[in-house]
Amino acid sequence: MTTTIPSADDSGVSRAEYCAIACAEVFRGDGEVMASAFGTAPAVGARLARLTFAPDLVLTDGDAALVVGAPPLGAAPSSLVVESHMPYRKVFDVVWSGRRNLIMMASQIDRTGNQNISAIGDWARPKAQLVGVRGAPGNTVNHSTSYWVPNHSTRSFVDQVDVVSGVGYARAVAAGPAATRFHEIRHVVSNLGVFDFETPDKVMRIRSVHPGVTVGQIEEATGFDLVVPPDVPMTRLPTPEELELIRTVLDPGSLRDREIRA
Amino acid sequence: MSLDDLVGELRSGMTIGIGGWGSRRKPMAAVRAILRSGLDDLTVVSYGGPDVGLLCAVGKVAKVVFGFVTLDSIPTDPHFKAARQAGAVECMEIDEGMFYLGLLAASQRIPFLPTRAGLGSDVLRLNPSLRTVTSPYDDAEELVAMPALRLDAALVHVNRADRNGSGQILGPDPFFDEVFLGAADRRFVTTEQIVDTEQFASEGPVQTMCVSRMLTDGVVETPGGAHFTACVPDYSRDEEFQRAYVAAASDPGEWSAFTARYLEVSEADYQSAARGSGAAPGDPRGEPGSATAKGGGR
Repeated sequence: MTTTIPSADDSGVSRAEYCAIACAEVFRGDGEVMASAFGTAPAVGARLARLTFAPDLVLTDGDAALVVGAPPLGAAPSSLVVESHMPYRKVFDVVWSGRRNLIMMASQIDRTGNQNISAIGDWARPKAQLVGVRGAPGNTVNHSTSYWVPNHSTRSFVDQVDVVSGVGYARAVAAGPAATRFHEIRHVVSNLGVFDFETPDKVMRIRSVHPGVTVGQIEEATGFDLVVPPDVPMTRLPTPEELELIRTVLDPGSLRDREIRA
Repeated sequence: MSLDDLVGELRSGMTIGIGGWGSRRKPMAAVRAILRSGLDDLTVVSYGGPDVGLLCAVGKVAKVVFGFVTLDSIPTDPHFKAARQAGAVECMEIDEGMFYLGLLAASQRIPFLPTRAGLGSDVLRLNPSLRTVTSPYDDAEELVAMPALRLDAALVHVNRADRNGSGQILGPDPFFDEVFLGAADRRFVTTEQIVDTEQFASEGPVQTMCVSRMLTDGVVETPGGAHFTACVPDYSRDEEFQRAYVAAASDPGEWSAFTARYLEVSEADYQSAARGSGAAPGDPRGEPGSATAKGGGR
């Protein structure tokens, strides 16, 4: 099935900026929770949300502190105003309390939202050792988690991930109520579109396509059948205020364009 | 105590916890001393960085207990990667929060701590010895029972320590060093500088004095002892050296040159070679490995 999407985008908004807006939307409705964001578009998005529609979000300095406001990417540590200490030991307190909303990256993600950052191939002797499961198992069963995949392809969107690091819907259900109680995979943002699990059986659905991308292109780049609603919206345009914040305040050095080419 | 004394306290086959996090405040001088020793068949328990990579590179490791192995500014360690992809090391891969709870359970002398972390993930499939536990209360939640990660020995590196084994961490994050020490039978601290206890107060507030002498059996002064990992505020990560470490791993000839220059030499010669100029990072406060034993040489 192919829905035609207008490919021309005469707004002057880059793909990276649509990705940043899509990442910001992950934090809509959040109150005083710690926003953690890995990758450039998520880092811009979390800051943008903080400066606009989610003013109570709590951001970190990327090290061991919570900071006031939304510092630009790459801000000098001396320019940051620290409001609280947040060493790793306290990060676990936050994770386990649920006061966190996170965008992680995924080397692989599958139809039910399982994520892999551990290893590609057979875990016992992997074809490629990745970083390790890190905090993904604990994050996903304790607080809302979303994913950022800057290279949408059949290698990253796979039928089944090789090592379940972050827990998807079916696996959480199988593990029982203690696993589902606080489990939420909110969105998956890729360089092609935005995805969610708002279907009766909690499998991945296209939520929006970025302008210039077709549903057909997304289906071709995905290693499993996506749920495609009858009318697929486009990822929303940033407002003029948001665009100004992205371009002149949060990412004046255009780091976003190094992650996602226009 | 010296680095040689420290290594003399360790045995092949031991389970050794290594403090720090990724490529930050790792007790690298102690790791380098292990590399030069006859120790092998080790189980390494670590928030892994180049400590794990180096120990794997020279075949000291039978098993790694980890949630990740990363060089921070470089996502993965090439030697750990190679060891994994060759199937050369046994692994217990767990969520990094489970890892903390395992050390905490060991330090509290209880068999396990319950957690949601791990439920539904492959951590339980890949570690069939892990069990779940059902809450005895009305909720009856079934949680992961993270078993105690008991250590035969723990090694951590701190900014300052006194002769009695109290340690001071001046950087923003103490990581889990205290918990590693608490989980271990033999506890060793390496430090940038041994100072008189009275000096702690002029270095930082009381909460920086986070390693109690109740948790330590021996102290070794190793200026530059975390190099090439970060040891703020004394020094940041030596990114150039770290890149050279990674680059050398891709070629056997380059790796043997790296080994000859940096690993098959004394700690003092390592510091000279690594810094190029003969000066230890920070300031040359003393001969590496020369200093003090807690309680007269325990």
